[in-house]
Order: sequence, then C-alpha cells, then structure tokens
Amino acid sequence: MLELAARQSQLEQAASKLTGLVITVIVFAIVVSLAFYLAERTSERVQRSVKYLLFLAPALIFLFIGLIAPAIRTLYLSFRDARGDNFVGLENYIWAFTQPEILQILRNTGIWMVVAPIASTALGLTIAVLTDRMKRPGLVKSLIFMPMAISFVGAGIIWKFVYQFQPNDRVAEIGLLSQIAEWLGFVPTNWILTAPLNTFLLIVVFVWIQTGFAMVILSAAIKAIPEEILEASMLDGASGWKRFGKVTVPMIRGTIIVVLSTITIGALKVFDIIRTMTGGNFKTSVIANEMYNQSFRALNYGTGSALAIILFLGVIPLVAYNVMHLRRERSER
Amino acid sequence: MAKAIKQGKVEAVKSHLSSPWASFVAILVAVLWTIPTFGLFVTSLRPQTGINSSGWWTVLTKPEFTLENYSRVLFEGRGATPPLSQYFVNTFAIVIPSTIIPITIAIFAAYAIAWFDFKGRNFIFFGIFALQVIPLQMSLIPLLQLFSGGLHIGSVTVIPSFGITGTFIPIWLAHTMFGLPLAIFLLHNFIAQLPRELMEAARVDGADYFKLFRQIVLPLSIPAIASFAIFQFLWVWNDLLVALTFGGGKREIAPLMVRLAEMTGTRGGDWELLTAGAFVSILVPVAVFFALQRYFVRGLLAGSVKG
Repeated sequence: MLELAARQSQLEQAASKLTGLVITVIVFAIVVSLAFYLAERTSERVQRSVKYLLFLAPALIFLFIGLIAPAIRTLYLSFRDARGDNFVGLENYIWAFTQPEILQILRNTGIWMVVAPIASTALGLTIAVLTDRMKRPGLVKSLIFMPMAISFVGAGIIWKFVYQFQPNDRVAEIGLLSQIAEWLGFVPTNWILTAPLNTFLLIVVFVWIQTGFAMVILSAAIKAIPEEILEASMLDGASGWKRFGKVTVPMIRGTIIVVLSTITIGALKVFDIIRTMTGGNFKTSVIANEMYNQSFRALNYGTGSALAIILFLGVIPLVAYNVMHLRRERSER
Repeated sequence: MAKAIKQGKVEAVKSHLSSPWASFVAILVAVLWTIPTFGLFVTSLRPQTGINSSGWWTVLTKPEFTLENYSRVLFEGRGATPPLSQYFVNTFAIVIPSTIIPITIAIFAAYAIAWFDFKGRNFIFFGIFALQVIPLQMSLIPLLQLFSGGLHIGSVTVIPSFGITGTFIPIWLAHTMFGLPLAIFLLHNFIAQLPRELMEAARVDGADYFKLFRQIVLPLSIPAIASFAIFQFLWVWNDLLVALTFGGGKREIAPLMVRLAEMTGTRGGDWELLTAGAFVSILVPVAVFFALQRYFVRGLLAGSVKG
C-alpha cells in the first residue's frame, strides 16, 4: 500500500517535470518566432539594425556573461583570499607550487598529459592502419568507436568493476583483471589503492574512450592520401612497414599532431573518471578534481581560481597550435 | 588500353593492401575493446548472490539471469533518495533545452557572421573560436555566484538573482554558454560555404535577411545542425561537472551521472545496482550514437576542439 503511494508520487513528480520541460520548449519557440515575426514586419531601415539585435546579440551576450566576464573574474579571484575579500598577491599560486599534496596533483596531471595522448594516438593510428586494410571495417570501427558515446562516469563504473579486488581469499575474484592475474599465476592486489599504478589504471579508462576518436580522425586522413602516391610507392617495391613510415605517417603528420593536442587538452581537464573511480583519493587526484574540491568543498575561491588559471595556462599552447593549424589549412584550401 | 592496365594495377594495389592478418588483429582489438562493456551488461542481468560470489565469465558454464536489478535500481527509492527513474527524467529535462537553446542562438549568430557585411566580423569570428581556449573550470565560480546572488556593484543591483537556484535553469544556461563557441564555429563553417549566387539571387528577388534565413539558410543547414545536435546531446547527457556544480547537489534536479557518481562512492559494493544503473545511463547515448553515427563522425571531423 505504502509502496503504491510512493510509486504514485514518483509518477506525479516525473509528469510534472516533463510538463515543465514541454512548456519550456514551447515558450522558447514562441519567443523566438515572435521576435522573428515582429522583426520581419519592420521597415527596411529599421531592419538594418534590428537584424544584428536578433541574430548576433544573443550569442554575444551569452558568451560575455558565460565565458569572458567569468574568466576575467576568476583571474581576479585567484589573487584574493578564500571569500574574495582581501588581496593576497601570489599567495594562492605559491600555495599551489609548494604544498606537497598539490605538487603530487600537478605531477599526476603531467603523467596524464604525456601518457594518455601518446597511448591513445598510437593505438588509434595502429587500428586506423589495420582497418584501412580490411574489406569491411564497419563493425570493427564501430565497436572501437562506441566508448566515445559512453560517459566518463559510465566508463568509470565499467572499469572499476574490471579492477574489483576480493580481499577475502576464500571467495572467488569477480574483477576481470584480478582473475587474469590469478590465471597467469600472479597474486592480485587491490589495484585501485596501489599508487602509482592506480593513476595508470585510470589512464587506461581514458585511453579506452579516446582511441576511437583518434582512430576516426586518423582513418579519414589516411583515406585522403592520394591513391597515386601509395601506388607509386608500391611499384617502387616499398614494403608494408616502409610504406607506413615513409609515406603514410609523413602525409598525415599534421592530423596526428592535432589529434595529440586535442587529446592532451582532454587529459589536462579530466575530472569525471577520477571523481567516479577514486574520488581523488589514494594519490590519484588531478588539477580539475582539486579545483572542484577547493572551490565547492573547501569553499576556497582563491585557491580554486588559482588552480583554474594554472589549467588555463596549460591549455593555451595546445589550443594555439590547433588554431594555427586550422588557419594554415584554410589558407591552403 | 593504357587505362585498363592502370585499372588493373590499382586493383592489384588494393587487393595487396587488404590482408587477412590485418583483419584478424583488428577484430581481436575490437573484441578486446568490447569485453569490459559486455561484462557490465552480463553482470547487470545476474542475481546479486551470483555477482558477488563468482566472476561474470562463469555464466558461460552456468547461466542464471534476472531483471530484478533493473526493477530495483529504477523504481525502488531509499529513504529520501528517489529511484533512478527520477534521475532519468531529470536528465531528459536537462538535455533537451540544453541542446535546443544553444543551437538556435548559434545558428542565428553563425548566419550573421557569415553573411552580414559589417566591420569587425572577422574579429568576432576568431574571437569566438579563441574562446574555446577557456576551460569551463574558469567560469564555474563566477557563474555560480551570478546565478545564486545576482550581480551587484557596490550596493547597486545590476542583475538580480531571479531566485533560479535549485531549478534546471542554471544548468540549461551553463550548458548553452559552454556549448556556444563550438556550435557557432561548426555552423559558421557550413553556412559560409552556401553558394553565394543562391544567396544573391534570393536577395534580388526581394527577400530580406529574415526571409533569406527562413527560406534558404535554415533548410539547407539541417545536416550541420544534426551534427552539432548529436554532439551537444551526448556531451550534456554524459556531463558530470556542470550538473554537479550548478545543480547544487539537489536531488530533485540531479541527472543520472550525478547520481551514478554518488552511488559509486556510497554504495561502491552494490554491483547489482551499479551495473544496472550504469547500463541504463549508457543505453540512450549508445543508441543515438549507432543510429546517427554518420552525422557524429562528420561533426567530429569538422571541428575536433572543444573548450
């Protein structure tokens, strides 16, 4: 009886939320259409300026409020104390680069930035080359690409289960990794608690997701290599390996670097995997996770902002490279 | 004749390139890649006692399946914690506006930047592209302060707080703001490539900028819109950080990811619930992904940088 009432109220809650959702979408559609309708009916002279107001202004306002102004304020807050009341100079940055725990976090982030992109790109490139030589690569590519659709949280749970360790000797292992270790004659340990191994185990999860991304982009680049060039190298008698090293890789060098830098940016900002799998404990924390903890757990906006700025400084050279590459590509076209 | 020979050579090159070894290794990798997800799926269908006493691979020899984990995790709450089905509804309530709003605003802006003649439009375009540099961590604290307290300079209220904390609105707005740079960039690339003759012909016919948008730009941009829609949909559905920050930990509006991340912390050993819950959260994005893979790949190739 009680359960029935509980289900009833659940249903009501869900219904009211969905109604709210439908109403929101309808109201949004009406507002946009109305603005359009009215603007279209003004005189040509008015339209000349109204068109900017309708088409361009909303985006610029959102970008200003959502990104530009907050970024400036975060920079400002990084020089101030926990509540942003007093100027503290470089104290938050000095804190970040002297506290042993934070240094550990910076080191972890460094490991992520180096290992994750190289592993993902190397694997992605290998698979791209392999599938390029297949007659029907569709299903294989889809399966490797699929983790891209899975959230970091979902992937975290999937892999936490793989790494599950059974401390009680009399009970069978339920984690695949522990079982494989046992089959191979090793004694499984509590993987997730063992530093620095655990950081690499978390990187595996990220690589599992990003390899598909690398594969898709690199695969497209390989397909774009002109047939004649491959043909010529074939007729010159270049072997498979030689062709790969001397023709394929140099031809897609630009793409490889873009893939590397894009994945590096992702690795630098990784948060969900850490949050789900270790919560940042056992020496696995990274900048993005600590930034969240400082800001919204410890409620220290000063240190939180300083960490965000450090993250930003790490991202800049990578994105700058991508932008330059894009501009060059455009001018070549 | 010469052409036939050349054709023959190309065929020879192609058949030489496709090797059974490459296929074998690739298939092996694909199987390896799928095992973890498959293990999760199998586990979610096993009874609790089985999950905790034997590995999921043992189902090959003694299969035993149940749907009870799903009904428990989806429909049975615990004290003040609602069941997962409520979080599922919340995810929908977050994802749909968070996809529709940025697309609408972005396609307007992309059109303006691509086809309006005004000073500084190159500056605006590269400015927006450069905004992808800003990691969203840079925005979290100030935006949260803005949503909860409004904006005051001295004692003057510039923007009131509107009392939207604890509703879906801050999450929608945050996703809109963070999604805009990529959306404008992708859609602009597409819209700017529409044939100039087509646009000018319509102008001569007396179509103003609004009509032009409605009758030509919008219908022709559907593929680009679809690409970005899938992107944004997956990104919002799978997001943890934005929902965690702007949801303020309120259960009434928390999406699936927030609840799942919480469950791994508090109920880390309840694998029957965790696996079923995780699978529920994976199902929709994976279905969308397989159904619309082509658009997704196209979007990925068009712009692989997201801030």
